[in-house]
Amino acid sequence: MADNSSSNAYWKANIQTILIFLVIWFVCSFGFGILLRPMLAGIGIGGTDLGFWFAQQGSILVFLVLIFAYAFRMNKLDREHGVDE
Amino acid sequence: MDQFTLNLIVVGATFALYFGIAIWARAGSTAEFYAAGGGVHPVLNGMATGADWMSAASFISMAGIIAFGGYDTSAYLMGWTGGYVLLAMLLAPYLRKFGKFTVPEFIGDRFYSGTARVIAVIALLIISITYVIGQMSGVGVAFSRFLEVKASTGLYIGAAIVFAYAVLGGMKGITYTQVAQYVVLIIAYTIPAIFISLNLTGNPIPPLGLFSDATATGTPLLETLNGLLADLGFKSYTAQSDNTLNLFLFTVSLMIGTAGLPHVIVRFFTVPKVADARSSAGWALVFIALLYLTAPAVAAMARVNLINTFFPNGPQNAPLAMADTPEWVDNWTKTGLLKVTDLNGDGMIQYYNDGATKQATALADAKKAGDEAAIAAAQAAFDEAAAAGAAKLAATNPQAASWKGNELTVNNDIMVLANPEIARLPSWVIALVAAGGLAAALSTAAGLLMAISSAVSHDLIKGQINPSISEKGELMAARISMAVAIGVATWLGLNPPGFAAQTVALAFGLAASSIFPALMMGIFSKKVNSTGAIAGMLAGLIATVVYIFLHKGWFFVASTASFSDSAPLFLGIKSTAFGAVGALINFAVAFTVTAMTRPVPANVVSLVESIRVPKGAGAATGH
Repeated sequence: MADNSSSNAYWKANIQTILIFLVIWFVCSFGFGILLRPMLAGIGIGGTDLGFWFAQQGSILVFLVLIFAYAFRMNKLDREHGVDE
Repeated sequence: MDQFTLNLIVVGATFALYFGIAIWARAGSTAEFYAAGGGVHPVLNGMATGADWMSAASFISMAGIIAFGGYDTSAYLMGWTGGYVLLAMLLAPYLRKFGKFTVPEFIGDRFYSGTARVIAVIALLIISITYVIGQMSGVGVAFSRFLEVKASTGLYIGAAIVFAYAVLGGMKGITYTQVAQYVVLIIAYTIPAIFISLNLTGNPIPPLGLFSDATATGTPLLETLNGLLADLGFKSYTAQSDNTLNLFLFTVSLMIGTAGLPHVIVRFFTVPKVADARSSAGWALVFIALLYLTAPAVAAMARVNLINTFFPNGPQNAPLAMADTPEWVDNWTKTGLLKVTDLNGDGMIQYYNDGATKQATALADAKKAGDEAAIAAAQAAFDEAAAAGAAKLAATNPQAASWKGNELTVNNDIMVLANPEIARLPSWVIALVAAGGLAAALSTAAGLLMAISSAVSHDLIKGQINPSISEKGELMAARISMAVAIGVATWLGLNPPGFAAQTVALAFGLAASSIFPALMMGIFSKKVNSTGAIAGMLAGLIATVVYIFLHKGWFFVASTASFSDSAPLFLGIKSTAFGAVGALINFAVAFTVTAMTRPVPANVVSLVESIRVPKGAGAATGH
């Protein structure tokens, strides 16, 4: 196992990444899709509003980008902190 | 060639393929039976996870629920995909590093307690069996249609095939078979969607077609649909009518339930490296998203086509005559999942929202009970409500004056399977959809049965009751527990607590309230101790189970329910959404109890530290 100080810094960086990604995750699904939908009501798309699009399409696309971005970022962090396999 | 023969040939051919692969990759040792030896490529693992994940609920049931529920049912779409983000960031990589086979094993080791492990097994069994009930009702619907038998007969046939199939091969057979099943189910789902999208909007990509103009009217498809619905007294497709709190909690519940589903998590134990666990979750979501982005288009378009079928000249003109019903209506009538009754005796089928659904159910119940006075009273109540509904509609629709109640009842679960027939697509497409629905149901049922059998044989018997059991005995116990689980699920599947997707949503609530919080705390906290975790899991699980049983009946026996989801017990939260509350209870209890009891021993702290870094993960091992 890597020494403690290095794995502590690694874990901190990981937690920070997770928090940022979770904020995006929340805003694009629960936010635009449900809670903030009334605010997006003015932006029309194909017979309905942007909130409906986020609830049924957009959130899923954002989720996809998030996972691959997280995997990419973590692979880099793994190497930087010398904890990769 | 008639449709029936074609169905048999296409479904038979896909089954031959699955069984062939299962025999080719037949499991030898216990390690192979559970976890396929750890050598599965992330992309293939992603496809297999997709098939494992997308069950009868996703394939057969979800679009039907969205078709009739509109925006309010978006929770299914966001919830069942958003959970993968949590899985990739919060659970999969660390559990892979931990390097054992099962979820209860992690909980048992992290919380250094056999009791914790047993509680995890119990939670897993309750979750998985609820989930299998949903699959069984889906399989029943699919078989009843394509073999043209009653839904209950379809269920028995499906159970027999699931049994033969799951008991034969282990995980390895299932991994490669599931790749094949994914391919079959995604083709079966998207091809009819492309045809229908082209028909209605001229756009070959269904998710784009959903937001395009309908070729028939020149206005956007969703606007056209809302117009049709308004003419018939149904609620708007795109507006929100559910309360926001319930919608929010339902989405939370499905998301964290996804991340806490034992049979999905176990997939990530079998990839070669920790980095692969992260990308595997991404690949799984790619393959899942192909269906989930298409589903809302299928839903809206199916609803448009359904209304157009019964009102060939629009809702303002005479509806379809009984004598002119297309063949699919007659075929689905045989399964008992679609009913046509000419209430006003005009020889035509009026399909609209009569505002008397409750009264209609009460009438049906009274007729079943057979008390003449009660039937007469229920009939009078129904007539009155239906007349009021028709009068409301008649203000805008001159046709409605002569309507005496809705004459068409469509089970949500048939929409996807009937969709190609409703849209008059070629018969090979119809056969393909039958095969796809069965692939979805079988692959998930098999994955769940694996999780059930490994929990019983590996965690319960070998881990707790009889550690010296032979490998042969362990495999035997695994197979017996599968058989028992199929039996229980079939019995409960005869009177399921809801449409397939709703039943499955209950399973997610249970996973959300029990497994997910325990795993999260196990990884992200070094403080939560065994007493805290045990108390938390019990509190979350029991609260959720009791809430569900109060609304759906004890052990899903409907007559014992004290509340209904249309008037739920607590803050308007339906039983399907309660998992999120259960999870909160779990976290709160676990942290409170931990604060009052002994701290975690040092060796467990170093276990938590070791799973947090990827370095040094070997292959998954049994012990």
